[in-house]
Parts: sequence; C-alpha cells; structure tokens
Amino acid sequence: MQYHTPSSFSEAVTISNSSDGLVKYLAGGTDVLVQLKIGNNSPDHLIDIKKIPGVKEIALREDGGWTIGAAVSGVQLTNHKKLSREWPGLVEGMELVGSAQIQSRATLVGNLCNGSPAADSVPGMIAAGATVSVVSSSGTAEIRVEDIPVGPGLTNLGTGEIITAVNLPKRNKHEGDAYLRFIPRTEMDIAVVGCAVNLSLENGVISSAKVVLGAVGPKVEVATPAAECLLGEKLDENILSIFSDKCSELAKPISDKRGSEEFRKEVIGVIAKRAAKKAYDRALGNK
Amino acid sequence: MNKIHVKTNINGDQVEFLADPRETLLDCLRDHVGLTGSKEGCGTGDCGACSCIFDGDLVSSCLVLGVEAEGKSIETIEGMAGREELHPLQKKFIEMAALQCGFCTPGILVAAKALLEKNNNPTETEVRYWLAGNLCRCTGYDKIIKAVMETAKDIRETA
Repeated sequence: MQYHTPSSFSEAVTISNSSDGLVKYLAGGTDVLVQLKIGNNSPDHLIDIKKIPGVKEIALREDGGWTIGAAVSGVQLTNHKKLSREWPGLVEGMELVGSAQIQSRATLVGNLCNGSPAADSVPGMIAAGATVSVVSSSGTAEIRVEDIPVGPGLTNLGTGEIITAVNLPKRNKHEGDAYLRFIPRTEMDIAVVGCAVNLSLENGVISSAKVVLGAVGPKVEVATPAAECLLGEKLDENILSIFSDKCSELAKPISDKRGSEEFRKEVIGVIAKRAAKKAYDRALGNK
Repeated sequence: MNKIHVKTNINGDQVEFLADPRETLLDCLRDHVGLTGSKEGCGTGDCGACSCIFDGDLVSSCLVLGVEAEGKSIETIEGMAGREELHPLQKKFIEMAALQCGFCTPGILVAAKALLEKNNNPTETEVRYWLAGNLCRCTGYDKIIKAVMETAKDIRETA
C-alpha cells in the first residue's frame, strides 16, 4: 500500500486517476483502518486528505449556510455552539457514532462514503437538505447528499471523484430538526432503525417537511409520502398516528441479527413519531 | 514496501521511527518505540485498550496510522505519572482496587484523564458514557466509575 499526502484536492484527483488498483481516501480512518485490519477492501493506494488546507474547517458562508470540511470530526461539530444550535438533529446524529475515541476522528463525509444504510449522521444531513461538493478532473459539482448512497457499502462516486465538504443551507426561524435511533443498549451500537425529521413552520403550521429513514432498506431513504402527511398540520396525536403508520408502511427492512423485519417496521413508526415531535418542538423554539 | 521516516513527539520526547504505511500508531508505539503500555484488545476501535492522546484528542491508536504521527504530539500511558509520583487517577485506581487483570487499565486511565481535564465535575452518567468506548471484562465497571468520581472530587477539593 502506498500512502499519499496531497496538499490540494486537484493533486488528490491526479493521484487517484493515475494509480492502479484500489484507491481509498483517509480522513478520520475509523472505517478505512478497520477494513485495512481485516484485509477486506484493503487499498493499494491510500490518499490522506488531512494535509489539504480547509478540510478541518467549519465555515459560515456569505449566504448564511455552513460549509463543513471533509475531515471535520464529530467532536468539532459538537463543540461548535452556533452550528449545534442551528442543526441539533444533524449534530446529534453524528454524536451517536461510536465512542469518545471515535468522535475525535470520525467525519460526516466518512460516514456517508462508507455507505452503510444504518449510518447515524446521514439521515440528518439528507433531512437538512445538505449537499456535498465533489471535485473531479472535470471540475467541481454540488450533489445532494441523498444522491450519494446507492446500496450497502456502495456510493455513486466514481474513480477520482472526491467529496471536499458538506454544505448546509441557511437556517431560518421556526425551523427544527431531530434524529433518533433505536438500539438495544444505550451507547456503542449500530442503529436497528433511525429517523431524521426537519420541519419549517409558519404560524405553528408545518409548511415544509423532510423525513429520512435509516437502517430499514438497502440505503438511507427519503420518505416523501410520510413528510407530505405533515404539511399544513400542527402535529396533533391524530396526525402523528397517521405519520407513524406511513413510515412503517414505507420501511423495507431486512431481518438480521439486529432486528426482524416485523420489529423494524413497527419500531420505525415509533421512532419517527418521536423524532417529528422533537423537531416540531425545536421549530417552535422549545428545546 | 517502502518504509516512511516519521518524526513525532511522544510524552514530550522527540522520537523517530520507520513505519510501513499499513502499520497503525499502536503497532509503531509498541514495536518501534518500545512503549508497550498501550494494549491491543480488538484492533478495530471497539475496546479502547489502545487509547492515547493524539494532538490533544482522545483516540484509539489502532485507528490511527503510524505515518499520520509525523509532526504531531502524542501522550501515552507511559507519560501519565510524574517522575516521582503517580497521577491521582493511578493512585485512586490502586487504592480502590479499580482493576483486576489490568489489560484495559492504561486505556481507561488515559481516557479518564482526558475527561477530567475538560470536566472535573462529571456526573456518574457522564463518566459512564465517556468510558463507553473502554471495555473491561473483569471489574463490572463499578469500581472504575467510582474511582474516577472520587479522583474528580479530590481534584476539585485541592483546586
């Protein structure tokens, strides 16, 4: 394995396009090093992006949105007060990934590129309407986060296409997000089901909604029909019950050691309902 | 396989070693630098026995490559005690018998020290969550948590 430390993303793209064999990128390394250890998908070329200026930065853009560098760690997100206040759902999703040791290194972009349908930070990013900046030999493109995963361990990114940052839109008043997951323990586990909800309100009525389900299909899925039942509503028990049933209906989980299909379908409804309530409370300004 | 020359700072000392780029920081600490206090339990970031401070952050050194240490500053369990005296956490762990086989102890001490440096008044829940990435198969955790809580109390009282 050859180890590369490019000082720019264009250099990283050049290395990637001119290398034979499997190329992987190293930011936090909490997935890549495990793969290296077990010899599964072990790369021939490892490109460490952390020497590239800006990759560890969280920046407020002129349009009021945020740009989060590809190597920003979970701890950096948690410690960023303004970002955590505006996007608590996104940050709490990332916080659920692993231990304190993992949080020092793990990144949003790594969690996305690992392609797990149970990735805890991905539903929150998609619900937020986040995009990623992707650099390749043909320039830079901005792609919606939901268009990156295609299946377990698989993404839409080709050779020489590298995510440089996550972009969040401007946060307006009366908006709120939340992410909840179910695990049989309280820490250090992989989601059996997960759900992120992001809501905008006008006079207490939901004017836009995005609902994203994790770990109940081959990839993280946007649940548009479930989000649509919330529009124009104030989130009373009746609506919550319809919403919950809709999420259960949309879930297409498998049965595995973490949970059966039936169990997951039922629990996703419960978790989605709680996440919607939490997002709604946050949008109202109640913490 | 070309080895890479790595210059780094470990526990305040300038250290150099030659690393195969596939070797983890834990491999390098143990096999090239001779610091065997950090242990390999799982090698996949689950057990925390290899916990170190890497440029100020608590990490599992099995999930960091040795070559990433270039120009960085690393603290391991070997740097925890003073020249003459043990660290208060080390003393308290002995006093309260917060260890049995001792394999997980270096990692737990490094992780607990990192917690107390940012919060010297943690709740029991905070200590338990912070140490969730450090597995111990002997003690059942209770004595460990109590020792960390007691040390925090001593630190607050002497501060």
